[in-house]
Amino acid sequence: MTISDYTRAPSVGTEQPELAARLQKIWETAPGIGGWLSTVDHKEIGLRYIVTAFAFLILGGVEALVFRLQLSWSDRHLLNPEQYDQLFTMHGMTMIFLYAGPVLSGFSNYLWPLLLGARDMALPRLNALSYWIYLFAGIFLYAAFAIGFGPNDGWFNYVPLAARAYNGGPNIDFYALGMILLGISTTVGAVNFVVTFMRMRAPGMSINRVPILIWGTLTASMANIFAIPAVSLAFFLLWMDRNVGTHFFDTAGGGGSAMLWQHLFWMFGHPWVYAIVLPAMGMVSDGLPVFCRRPLVGYSAVALATVATMVLGFGVWVHHMFATGLPNISLSFFSAASIIIAVPSAVGVFAWLATIWTGRPVFTTPFLFFASFILLFTIGGVSGFMTGSVPVDWQLTDTYFVVAHIHYVLIGINVFPVAGAIYFWFPKFTGRMLDERLGRWNFWTMFVGFNLGFFPMHISGLLGMPRRVYTYAEGMGWDWLNLITTLGSFVFAAGVLMLIWNVLKSVRSGAIAGDNPWDAPTLEWATSSPPPPYNFVVIPTVQSRHPLWEDRLASRPDEARSHPHAGLVLEHGREAIGTDPLDAQPDIILKMPGDSYAPLVFAIAVTAIFIGLLLLAWWLVALAAVVTAATTVGWLWPERNLGETREPARD
Amino acid sequence: MAGASGAKASATLPLTWGVIGVSVAVMVIVAALLALAIWRRPGIALATRMAIGPDKGGTNFLWVGVGISTLALLATIVWTVKVLAEIGKPTVTPALTIEVTAHQWWWEVRYLDNDTRAIFTTANEIHIPTGTPVQFKLIGGDVIHSFWVPALAGKTDLIPGQTNEIWLEADKPGTYRGQCTEYCGLEHAKMAFVVVADTPRDFAAWRSHQIAPDVTPGGGVLASGAVYFGMKCGSCHAVRGSDAAGVLGPDLSHFATRQTIAAGVLANTPQNLSAWIDDPQGIKPGNLMQKPELSLEQRGQIVAYLETLK
Ligand code: HEM
Ligand SMILES: [Cu+2]
Repeated sequence: MTISDYTRAPSVGTEQPELAARLQKIWETAPGIGGWLSTVDHKEIGLRYIVTAFAFLILGGVEALVFRLQLSWSDRHLLNPEQYDQLFTMHGMTMIFLYAGPVLSGFSNYLWPLLLGARDMALPRLNALSYWIYLFAGIFLYAAFAIGFGPNDGWFNYVPLAARAYNGGPNIDFYALGMILLGISTTVGAVNFVVTFMRMRAPGMSINRVPILIWGTLTASMANIFAIPAVSLAFFLLWMDRNVGTHFFDTAGGGGSAMLWQHLFWMFGHPWVYAIVLPAMGMVSDGLPVFCRRPLVGYSAVALATVATMVLGFGVWVHHMFATGLPNISLSFFSAASIIIAVPSAVGVFAWLATIWTGRPVFTTPFLFFASFILLFTIGGVSGFMTGSVPVDWQLTDTYFVVAHIHYVLIGINVFPVAGAIYFWFPKFTGRMLDERLGRWNFWTMFVGFNLGFFPMHISGLLGMPRRVYTYAEGMGWDWLNLITTLGSFVFAAGVLMLIWNVLKSVRSGAIAGDNPWDAPTLEWATSSPPPPYNFVVIPTVQSRHPLWEDRLASRPDEARSHPHAGLVLEHGREAIGTDPLDAQPDIILKMPGDSYAPLVFAIAVTAIFIGLLLLAWWLVALAAVVTAATTVGWLWPERNLGETREPARD
Repeated sequence: MAGASGAKASATLPLTWGVIGVSVAVMVIVAALLALAIWRRPGIALATRMAIGPDKGGTNFLWVGVGISTLALLATIVWTVKVLAEIGKPTVTPALTIEVTAHQWWWEVRYLDNDTRAIFTTANEIHIPTGTPVQFKLIGGDVIHSFWVPALAGKTDLIPGQTNEIWLEADKPGTYRGQCTEYCGLEHAKMAFVVVADTPRDFAAWRSHQIAPDVTPGGGVLASGAVYFGMKCGSCHAVRGSDAAGVLGPDLSHFATRQTIAAGVLANTPQNLSAWIDDPQGIKPGNLMQKPELSLEQRGQIVAYLETLK
């Protein structure tokens, strides 16, 4: 292998069957359990992310349904306070950290290389690592719950309530360590997205030609890279306070600060909220226009709004702390920032509305989910705007009004787009369509159930019902609203079940989809459904945002055209094309690593370190650290076929 | 909150209705536009390879919509800052300062005074005079709690290690319910209190009565009730004028004048009091009062004694 191997000019060709056969051999994962454990295929990893996240969605949902039964009327005794506290904490933690973020990582993992016309993510082994650590962190956190010591101080986990003095069990140690572990997964995944964005776009896909989902995940990933260290640090300091006697959060004369926790937590927490909605908004921005039969209105404005939201999103964390007694001057500043952040959201809303308005809607299930999202997004947005106004927030915060708000945000802007995305991309994932009739039922049940269940929470909040209470007294006037809320929750849950049922049924018996069942414009629809392990036989070249619609969009017949089915041929082992960050001009041939057990072993070893820390079993920590280090060496050991050694080429 | 009844809540109320108004308007407009956009033209069925509309038009929609939204948002910011300034400081300097310390899961209330003999402590029920601002010092006794009397003002947290100062003012006499609104552990749900606004005259009377110690009964059943109280309850509770001087639980001086038991959980009746002493963990599971070892008779005597603490 010589340097010329990365700079050789690859031949240009079209999709030939025997080329495809060769690529299949090079890229395919070995059959059997070995292949399953060692694969680095982004599609496989993406699907695992989605399936795992849905498993957590179901767990978190069941937890919520149980405590909704407790709250359905005043003074019920289904749960005792400890059970309630664990359930609502597990619910919040599960939904935010184990469902909402990872499910979007799943879609992005699956879709990014296909949308970008690439063979894989830039760092396939890191990709596998981030999934395994996510899975193990989820199991770690649920292990606590299974043995009766689930986290019980809320997902926000305020100190000093979470300090040893007020919470002596292992509950919070599990939570702290689990979150640090999960943070590794998220960070690794985020880095991978950023690098992939910069290097892996198909030739010609300049940054103004990438789908909005790319912008969404990219900004979310940038945010995570900056935000996760804050929360990991917070949890690490808390773990030290609890186990090695430091005093960072010791407010009982130890010189610690309760506010330190809140600042660190929300400096992370608020950007994270945007990180778990922006990619979902991106999916709508890309999916909705397909069913309006026209490109998205205001592409550049929407892309800029995505970035602007994230940038502003770093300046509003204090709105979670309006009631902590901060001086008026800083309250005014953060209040203004929290209100003005609605401007980029308005850009999105009007862009989507205009796209429907000037297009021809096609009434499919994904369209219903995407279109209804606009309304739910607006409701979640205006309730956020209301709490942005400090004096109003002083009345609304920590009541059910905020519970309504977060669910319109999280379910409206995450779950509904995700459901739409499943209907939209399922054909690509599996080669089969989901059932449309069941899809309608599914949509309407979720939509009606959701609004029935969660809209009344605004009113119970305005009537003064605090959140995080395991019961309430009769005579407060909250009973009927709560009963309706509980009923609606069950209807909504039935809707989610229909989605799952549709998936299980259609995987086997759905109608055959073909490459591009929706006649959609982007590159993922240019390859077969499901895509082959190498994604594209030849690397596509791109001239516009809508490679598959160009014939119909072109105003002049001589406009330059993209070539989804003709381009660079890369077949000397696992190869991908590296392009430059702005204009996506090809500049190097990248040698891609093959399947490997290293990510799995590394993830197991790192998890073992955390188990050791939990048990304060230093021998286990040391042992696992040695294994981790050894795995790292093995992982990074230069491989000749990746051009990492300077041995002279023999072939 | 709808029944705002104090200077602060009254200043906040129009702003609240204002933002609700804007929000509802936005919701209705977006819903209407969405419905119109969808049903304006007959929807079409998906066929393979369909016509694609040109990539133009619609941007006016965007700029007009975003422009109007931005104006509404800016107006809200101005209004917000104005109200914030208005409720930031009372118009006259408060004459009375009350120190509230939140504990898991009850409220300690101390009336401060330059004259140390006029300082006294009570619990879970706060009396204030109407028509004048009252200063509050809010302290977190263990974990973080939050102080909220919806009809009088918004929330302020009580955070260990810092003292937050706020003021309240009630326009008319009445009883206003308050509650803890920061999750503070097992019994966060059962951590309420009441604010009783009295006319200045009634308030003065109440205050001087509270300052005076309770009278210890001289003999009979009541006297033995007092003795048992001292023995079984005095390590945590105090009654001024008796030997009981515990500080771990609420001060019970003049207990019989209060409206509720256990931070708003039960109405203060002899039956409820007896039930509470019999099984505090059944009524408020996890709270820090353990069931005292008492015979039925002793319990009756203690209840009878507490009922005399007028
Ligand atoms: C059937 C579906 C659901 C129901 C019935 C439900 C119900 C609730 C309720 C009643 C609370 C308030 C608990 C309390 O304050 O005591 C809550 C909290 C929460 N929910 Fe949900 N929820 C559902 C789905 C979701 C989903 C899908 C997400 C996110 C994607 C989510 C995220 C949250 C979060 C972050 C909290 C805050 C927890 C806290 O206060 O610390 N929920 N949920
Ligand atoms: Cu509290």
